[in-house]
Amino acid sequence: MLAAMSFRLGQMVLVMFGISVVAFLIFFATPGADPSARIAGRNASQETLVQVRHDFGLDRPLPVQYGLMMNRLFVSRDLTSFVNRGQRVIPAVTGAIPVTLSLVGGAAVLWVLGGLIVGVIAGATRGTFIDRALMILSLIGVSVPVFWLGEVANLLTQSRWHDTWLFSWVPPLGYIPLTQDPWGWFKALVIPWFTLATLYVGLYGRVLRASLIEMMQEDFIRTARAKGIGERRVLLHHGLRTSLVAFVTMFGLDFGALVGGGALLTEVVFGLQGVGKLTYEALQTLDLPMILATVIYASFFVVMANFVVDVVFVFIDPRARDVR
Amino acid sequence: MSVNAPLLVVEGLTVSFRSDAGLVRAVAGVSFAVEQREIVGVVGESGSGKSQTLLAIMGLIDSPNAVVSGSIRFMGQELVGLNRRALDAIRGRQIAMIFQDPMSALTPVHTIGNQIGEQVRAHEKVSARAARARAVQLLDAVGIANPDRVVDGYPHQLSGGMRQRAVIAMALSCNPALLVADEPTTALDVTVQAQILELIGRLRDQFGSAVILVTHDLGVVAQVTDRVMVMYGGRFVEEGRKGSVFRTPLHPYTWGLFGSIPPMDGERPARLAAIPGAPPSLSNLPKGCAFGPRCAFRHDACIVQPPLVGGNGHRAACALPETSRKFHIREVASIETPV
Amino acid sequence: MSGVLRERPLLRTSDLSKHYHVGRSILPAQRRTVQAVDTVSLDIWPGETLGIVGESGCGKSTLGRCLVRLTDITSGSLEFEGRDITDASQRQLRPLRRQMQMVFQDPSASLNPRRRVGDLLADPFRIHERLSASEMTDRVAELLRRVELSPEHASRYPHEFSGGQRQRIGIARALALRPRLIVADEPVSALDVSIQAQIVNLLADLREEFNLTYVFIAHDLSVVRQISTRVAVMYLGSVVESGPTDLVFAAPRHHYTAALRSAVPIPSIDRARRERLVLKGDLPSPMNPPSGCRFHTRCPAATSTCRNERPLLQSTGDGRLVACHHPGGG
Ligand SMILES: Nc1ncnc2c1ncn2[C@@H]1O[C@H](COP(=O)(O)OP(=O)(O)OP(=O)(O)O)[C@@H](O)[C@H]1O
Ligand SMILES: Nc1ncnc2c1ncn2[C@@H]1O[C@H](COP(=O)(O)OP(=O)(O)OP(=O)(O)O)[C@@H](O)[C@H]1O
Ligand code: SF4
Ligand code: SF4
Ligand SMILES: [Mg+2]
Ligand SMILES: [Mg+2]
Repeated sequence: MLAAMSFRLGQMVLVMFGISVVAFLIFFATPGADPSARIAGRNASQETLVQVRHDFGLDRPLPVQYGLMMNRLFVSRDLTSFVNRGQRVIPAVTGAIPVTLSLVGGAAVLWVLGGLIVGVIAGATRGTFIDRALMILSLIGVSVPVFWLGEVANLLTQSRWHDTWLFSWVPPLGYIPLTQDPWGWFKALVIPWFTLATLYVGLYGRVLRASLIEMMQEDFIRTARAKGIGERRVLLHHGLRTSLVAFVTMFGLDFGALVGGGALLTEVVFGLQGVGKLTYEALQTLDLPMILATVIYASFFVVMANFVVDVVFVFIDPRARDVR
Repeated sequence: MSVNAPLLVVEGLTVSFRSDAGLVRAVAGVSFAVEQREIVGVVGESGSGKSQTLLAIMGLIDSPNAVVSGSIRFMGQELVGLNRRALDAIRGRQIAMIFQDPMSALTPVHTIGNQIGEQVRAHEKVSARAARARAVQLLDAVGIANPDRVVDGYPHQLSGGMRQRAVIAMALSCNPALLVADEPTTALDVTVQAQILELIGRLRDQFGSAVILVTHDLGVVAQVTDRVMVMYGGRFVEEGRKGSVFRTPLHPYTWGLFGSIPPMDGERPARLAAIPGAPPSLSNLPKGCAFGPRCAFRHDACIVQPPLVGGNGHRAACALPETSRKFHIREVASIETPV
Repeated sequence: MSGVLRERPLLRTSDLSKHYHVGRSILPAQRRTVQAVDTVSLDIWPGETLGIVGESGCGKSTLGRCLVRLTDITSGSLEFEGRDITDASQRQLRPLRRQMQMVFQDPSASLNPRRRVGDLLADPFRIHERLSASEMTDRVAELLRRVELSPEHASRYPHEFSGGQRQRIGIARALALRPRLIVADEPVSALDVSIQAQIVNLLADLREEFNLTYVFIAHDLSVVRQISTRVAVMYLGSVVESGPTDLVFAAPRHHYTAALRSAVPIPSIDRARRERLVLKGDLPSPMNPPSGCRFHTRCPAATSTCRNERPLLQSTGDGRLVACHHPGGG
């Protein structure tokens, strides 16, 4: 067990190394383009170019360039953005992490609860009116674009009905740190949470319903019923419990991707300075150091999420324990 | 209820399924009774309705297309149409079931001990600890070597034979009056099958349970049962005490069944007395006797479904006159059953 | 060579082994080996039917696939009519494929559901013989009649047949090129007893008619006894006893054969009460087989010799071979 885990950890490090190399090569060693020009940004002066070339060791062999870059990213942490002169890349990313984590974490709680409720109720009432109504609602949830939903929410809560008793509590767009004002943090994030969670509640509800219905056809469900335990226990203790395997896998991957920057639309709409928004802006201005940092950061979360899923998997599915 | 009343009385039980091909009558009005402490074997062709009969007794037919009618009285209580709560008080407690495939019969994510304990606690007010202790005891009783370890194991960590024993331990956990077993050894190897059959044979002595054992292996029936019921096309075509059915089988299908099994001792026949043709399609049963199209003795009287009749508790549903049947029995017996 | 030539086996294996590596680890130390077939030596003589019995996972199917070279052989050798085909390439094997055919347990899995039975049966002719369309139809009709189906069945799809009929089609396909050897892997195990008897009879008839040699793999002892002239009993990858069918079943000498034999429930009330030899425990894992005699963990006659020394297959003088330090009765 411990051996398997350290093996997985080693694998993780290897994967992240691979991703950093690939990202580095794409941005800094694409043939035909002078990376220094791209790092320095458009309309940079000749001196800046020379300076950049020297700073990044771009006149030295590729492995050395890679080493220097990683050194500046992780050890000296003084890699600076060339678009927004003087802005250090690493503090920008670390500053954005709490915002993204708050947003995604809160939304995750909502969508897991929502997904469980929708999936279990629909699965248990399969074929009835309730099931059909829930499925239509979740289909709508899945198909509404987040951007549009966010804009509508903003329109209603920030302007249209902002002065009514209903939404007067909603603070202006932006993030309020948890440590500074927990209640304000909560109020600022409630609307974004619901917005982001909508899609996932629909998605998870549908997936859970499907896997629950499949599980309820299994032989062991018949055994459980034959024991004379109530249907609710059969459904939750046997059906749901075995369906969770698919649910958890999906959750880990989605959570990782969102924390890694995938919540960018929600962040942009609600003016939250998270990792997604950072990446989005860096892409628009072709800010290579920033892009490199966010890509590596994102890969870290995706790989991390995979790892956590594997570990959780071992807890919820005993069959995964003795693979070796 | 008097002491000698039958434990289970089934009358006119019909299980049908609505399907594209019309109404499929998987079980077509069967009636039988099971005495206390009796082991009854049910044999028959694949698809003849053996499993559906057992599932109906357990109230486990839950397909929305299924229609169950007739009467199943267990210790005087009617089970057909019983509500879920009352049913749950009986199944697992008074009637328990063992399924064919031990590999898929246990929930993969819970330990063996939990699954046995769950059944105990569903019917008795005991602590989790007591339920676990009971599970260990039961696993020991069904011949699992180190029950302390196995009780905390998960199904995938056990071999097929051990899983089936665990399922049996679970079925026995509340000392049921009736145990229904659907081909409990079909998925197992012969040497493990022998262990399980021995165990089932011991059950009556230790726990006083009656058993309905479904199989299509006449050898299994010969080994453990008291009485045999032969099923074909959704009906019982022959029923009687084991000795009587094995010595003087009355129905041509039973003859064919005996003839189809290669003998393990004595002379090997050049050819087996196989039954020609294929089993009938339930959605399109032949008129009259369902075995007609495969029967070498079919005659005019077979156009109407023959009733299950006979004396001395040995009954058969065949239109052949008694006298000519006696003649054929001798003929069949001389080839098949080494005397 | 001398006059012995006529008397040579159709198929001969010497110390044939097949190992599988399991586990997905990239670290070789964590890989495990399953000795699915372990040093099996067998001669299969023309015209005989060799039954192979044993419990699930003992390597019957793997041995069957090795015999017709559907899988690579790890070590040992395989000869067909004196020709070494242990390492023959698929191309070298091609002319031999006509002579060795295989029939599988689940007929539906080996029949393409989207093709008509007539086309399925015509495939071997297309690959190996040049025939006109009408000759082909005739041959297919002939084949169908041979397995007691009717020529009209050629235009149907596999799913329109019952299990027993599908197995007939599988047999017809194996027969198409007039093979000399048919390896049948559990051909009747998926069928109901009454249909099983039909197929066993059919196989026996075809054997007479075409002078076939069979290797008949099954876990049902009574079926193997019915059709085989000789049997080999396998336990955890090795043959533990082999010899003439009646001898082995009537008076087994290896303790595993005896236990297997006694575990078969007999459909007769007069014999049901006989003394039974019920084995303890389950089959050990083939990944980690016991030392010495692999049966010693369950054997009622095991001694310390059995735990340490692996018994070799030895002739007992009555035409059979037994691998046991302390063979029983006989
Ligand atoms: N949900 C269903 N819908 C339609 N037909 C069904 C359904 N379930 C079972 N049947 C039919 O009912 C018949 C009886 O099935 P059953 O499982 O009782 O047979 P069996 O005697 O147990 O056979 P086996 O020996 O193969 O287990 C079969 O022909 C089957 O096709
Ligand atoms: N492709 C494979 N990879 C790894 N292991 C295999 C493979 N095929 C078979 N085995 C293993 O080899 C052993 C022998 O398998 P085989 O299928 O030959 O047994 P068998 O006697 O035919 O069993 P059964 O009666 O269940 O068909 C088993 O332990 C099996 O798990
Ligand atoms: S009733 Fe007629 S067809 Fe049916 S088994 Fe008897 S003789 Fe045969
Ligand atoms: S060698 Fe020993 S353990 Fe093996 S079968 Fe013979 S007596 Fe039993
Ligand atoms: Mg069944
Ligand atoms: Mg096999």
